[in-house]
Amino acid sequence: MAALNNIQALNHALELAMKKDESIIIYGEDAGFEGGVFRATVGLQEKFGENRVFDAPIAEATLAGQAIGMGVAGMRPIVEMQFEGFSLPAFQNIFAHIARFRNRTRGRWTCPIVIRMPMGGGIRALEHHSEALEAMFAHCPGLTVVIPSTPFDTKGLLLSAIESNDPVIFLEPTKIYRAFKQEIPDEYYTLPLGKAYTIQEGNDLSIVTYGAQVMDCEKAVAAYQNENPNATIELIDLRTIQPWDKKTIVESVKKTGRLLVVHEAVRSFSVSSEIIASIQSECFEYLKAPCARVTGYDIMIPFDAGEYFHQPNVNKVLDKIRETIEFKF
Amino acid sequence: MKFFEKYDSFKNQRVEILNEEGNVIHEELRSKELTDEKVLEAYKIMNLSRNQDDYQNKMQRLGKMLSFLSSTGQEATEVGYAMQVKKGADWFVGAYRNNAAWLTAGIPMRNIMLYWAGNETGNIAPEGINVLPVNIPIATQYSQASGIAFAEKYKKTKNVVLTTTGDGGTSEGEFYEAMNFAKLHEVPCVFMVENNKWAISTPRSKATKALNFAIKGVSVGIRNVIVDGNDLFAVYSVVEEAIKLAREGKGPSLIEFDTYRLGAHSSSDDPKVYRPEKEFQEALTRDPLIRTKKYLISKKIWSDDLQKKLDLEQQEFIKKEFEWVLANNKVELEDIFKYNFETMPDLLKEQYEEAKAHFDKHGYERGGH
Ligand SMILES: Cc1ncc(C[n+]2csc(CCOP(=O)(O)OP(=O)(O)O)c2C)c(N)n1
Repeated sequence: MAALNNIQALNHALELAMKKDESIIIYGEDAGFEGGVFRATVGLQEKFGENRVFDAPIAEATLAGQAIGMGVAGMRPIVEMQFEGFSLPAFQNIFAHIARFRNRTRGRWTCPIVIRMPMGGGIRALEHHSEALEAMFAHCPGLTVVIPSTPFDTKGLLLSAIESNDPVIFLEPTKIYRAFKQEIPDEYYTLPLGKAYTIQEGNDLSIVTYGAQVMDCEKAVAAYQNENPNATIELIDLRTIQPWDKKTIVESVKKTGRLLVVHEAVRSFSVSSEIIASIQSECFEYLKAPCARVTGYDIMIPFDAGEYFHQPNVNKVLDKIRETIEFKF
Repeated sequence: MKFFEKYDSFKNQRVEILNEEGNVIHEELRSKELTDEKVLEAYKIMNLSRNQDDYQNKMQRLGKMLSFLSSTGQEATEVGYAMQVKKGADWFVGAYRNNAAWLTAGIPMRNIMLYWAGNETGNIAPEGINVLPVNIPIATQYSQASGIAFAEKYKKTKNVVLTTTGDGGTSEGEFYEAMNFAKLHEVPCVFMVENNKWAISTPRSKATKALNFAIKGVSVGIRNVIVDGNDLFAVYSVVEEAIKLAREGKGPSLIEFDTYRLGAHSSSDDPKVYRPEKEFQEALTRDPLIRTKKYLISKKIWSDDLQKKLDLEQQEFIKKEFEWVLANNKVELEDIFKYNFETMPDLLKEQYEEAKAHFDKHGYERGGH
């Protein structure tokens, strides 16, 4: 066991995977020598050589396109996009090909690719460095979309993503890259994709969230329970955005009768839209309050000086918890 | 055509006019427009940009400014081309590392600072200044520039467009795609590459095996040339020719500036991790400011005293601008909603009201929630 932060857990997982499987290679802009702008791949080039870990020219469309070729030919490429905002030039290959190869060839060829990228706001960054685009990826059939929130999950989910024979978009919330450390096992382990994790159980409200907002929600839940010692809240970390774990959430809402979804991405046509719509139709007779959400607004992510207006925060969540639990028909 | 005809990028030649000692070695190539008075004017802006970079670096370390990308080392290139952007007519479509060019083309320093302090209002160019905002996604500016150039040609003006990217940016597909279109339509666009040898930690050698960046123009049929980017005289003279050709309807050009990034990639980057110290020390000896200053001193229009005086004046000015920024770096809640569409849709109005209720209750200060 060692205490690692999210970046260290990533690095550790990549190293274990590369040791285990020679078909794995890693590349991306500055991902080789320097180990990426956030140092997720630091030291790997030294350990595995320039053939397996290398810098790529700035050309995201091609980074994704080459991964298709490698994947189809039996390799397992892990591509680093420098920021989620710079995956946009790669959408062509991700959407038009990576996601479709299995279906297109009825399983003859697949794309066992992991595309990793830093995502989300709250780090005082420049334009295009703070987007949360998970709903866009989740909208595309054929892509698995993962967002971890702890070092333990980061390691286990990344190793599963690498083992997956389907393409995985692995989104890493930059805000919590180095926010805290956690003791995690040294050995190779995987966590199932498509499975949510119940952080704490409760009876009065189900909160579903993921990524950097898990921390905000934990604080808000603690604050609410502190003020209302009789209340218990079920807090669920979604972990995989697509395919999402409907079963866990349906069971939870059937128990609590109330749902709150929290994410920083824009509200309309979002992860919360999907979850709330599904719960509404599957748990209608169990609901004791309208399903609620705290999200970013439907706007361009503001530059730093205005970003805090947009981001979910503990008070936004806390107020919504109160409103939902205290709701009367 | 003095330059584009004569210089052969296949031979890796570059245009040089002012040597490292500050002596003009090719008087015959020097633009007639580039009088000593103009050189002095250019030097003052180069010096201003350098002082601003230094100041912003300090402020960034104090946490008063976000990441920003400095022009340090590339001032001769940026000032040399941006001086020729005719205000109210021509366009400059830059990247993100263009401080010296923005100042030269007429963007107020406070705007630039406000932008790097994370405020959209910094992007508002004054009336009559056709400089597009900071462009973060690499090489997209090339397409935008070729589109503007198409429009200018379509409208039958004589206006031209200057656009620039880093050496790394030449790897993006858009770099070729934009130039291909521009050449097909013979639009008045000057494409430029500021080859500062590094794309964050990735050296030029890991970006391309091409002999140089200028010959990338050959693949799309665009005339091209390499220029010593730390030589204000060469930069000015070559850009002048490219602009002249564009105005005459003779289509686009591609210019590679051979320069060097003396600073970090951004203020959150540490070049010591990847950059050989020897290479950096050598590059220091080719500093464009020093070279231009040597020329001015040799002409007896500059001196150490005048330099001291200028630095003090500029530092004072920079400080005042930054103080203005600190006092004006405010974003109203409504501002983050109201520019997404011409009129705010009802859905967004609802969200605005929701946000307003939240911040009225919990306070508007960052961290006060
Ligand atoms: C499309 C896109 N991909 C990645 C990035 C992240 N990024 C910012 S600067 C940079 C390196 C650019 O190097 P170069 O083009 O040589 O310009 P320089 O910064 O050296 O002036 C990268 C990869 C980006 N801004 N846009």
